[in-house]
Amino acid sequence: MAGKEDLKLLGLLVSPFVIRVRMALSMKGLNYEYVEEDIFNKSELLIKLNPVHKKVPVLIHNGKPICESLVIVQYVDELFAGRAILPTDPYERATALFWAAYIEDKLSPAWIGILKAKAEEERAEKVKETLAAIEHVEVAFAKCSNGNAFFGGDSIGYFDIVLGSFLFWFEALRRMYGLEIINTSKTPLLAAWAERFRGSVEAKEVVPEADKAVQYANKLHAATAAAVKLVSSE
Amino acid sequence: MAGGDEMKLLGMWASPFVLRVKLALSFKGLSYEYVEEDIVRGKSELLLKSNPVHNKVPVLIHNGKPVCESLIILQYIDEAFAGTGPSLLPSDPYERAVARFWAAYIDDKMLAAWMQASRGKTEEDKAEGKKQWSVAVETLEGALRDCGKGKPFFGGDSVGYVDVVLGGLLGWVHANEEAFGIRSLDPQRTPLLVAWSERFGALETVEPLMPDVSRLVELGKMVLAREAAAAAGASN
Repeated sequence: MAGKEDLKLLGLLVSPFVIRVRMALSMKGLNYEYVEEDIFNKSELLIKLNPVHKKVPVLIHNGKPICESLVIVQYVDELFAGRAILPTDPYERATALFWAAYIEDKLSPAWIGILKAKAEEERAEKVKETLAAIEHVEVAFAKCSNGNAFFGGDSIGYFDIVLGSFLFWFEALRRMYGLEIINTSKTPLLAAWAERFRGSVEAKEVVPEADKAVQYANKLHAATAAAVKLVSSE
Repeated sequence: MAGGDEMKLLGMWASPFVLRVKLALSFKGLSYEYVEEDIVRGKSELLLKSNPVHNKVPVLIHNGKPVCESLIILQYIDEAFAGTGPSLLPSDPYERAVARFWAAYIDDKMLAAWMQASRGKTEEDKAEGKKQWSVAVETLEGALRDCGKGKPFFGGDSVGYVDVVLGGLLGWVHANEEAFGIRSLDPQRTPLLVAWSERFGALETVEPLMPDVSRLVELGKMVLAREAAAAAGASN
């Protein structure tokens, strides 16, 4: 679509879900206004535009909000011409969507659960779940990539964005807990893919340093501890 | 249907996810071979082979290639058979995004609440689930009011994606009260949803596909009894 689009993105620099959207917008060559939200003090605009979830990312296009990272990425792909993010063949799309759903339903809650765990036992359980899930993804990569550099082929596509957006958080978890989710011995294909993803132009533009994620995690833990103290002191 | 298209649906009579696919295929006027899986006695080789990651129904096998996950199957059917029958998803990209948002909401929030309310490990758990279920139902009432704009269906004048996604759950919505003590749709609190559920359920395409609610109630009670027995056995 020619001409300037009225695009605004409400986001958080360390949110992988926001990063997915930023990569998609960048792949389409689109300019947008970026607004960093303070998750501990959400803006009225965010609450108004995403009343159901009150979460980032929210893409506002010509004044109309679109929520949920995967929905936004598909929206951007369908509406704007240029590089295809999802495959064009219906069966290949279904395969890409299947693995994205797997990431969202199985992998995502597991690794986020490592961060949120309130006790060692819980954390150990979540680590187990994460490692089990990533094994499935390694098998998927073997099948779907067909020897190509990325899931969809020789350039970054939908599934690469969906999983790739987590990589800097996986590094953060390694620094915090000594945990290697993707490693060269257990998941060699993913390890090689991760190198390529991290080195790509698309990723370098929007993926932050793992340290930023560590800092954010510490802030979250501090806030939770403070809340717990508050509750237990009542 | 185009010549040479072979479609097989692996399903289970009580599954709301399988029902969604049956509804979609029916609305599009597509024929297929249906295979009832015996989940209790043992899943078929074909199911295990076609869905190695989840081992779950529904699986749609189109010309030998399996598609899994009900929402993905729905979108696949819509795209692969774009020329056949009505479209499930709207043609406008923004409206498609809204439809996908609500489908995701139904699967992430509504279903999670239902699971917690019916199968929660403690009474407290179940009570919380029932609360969340009420929130979800009221949120959907709001969606129908705001997005529906007085039209008979989520999809507008005719059935669309969200109608099928939610419609698949209707049998269980009716069975929930008796099976799990989860309140049915209340015409005072969610009048639009109640009207929608009656309208949808009465459609010629839909009515014959709906499962027998009393059978669902029986199944629900049996599942709870089995879990209680397992829990009692485990604590000995």
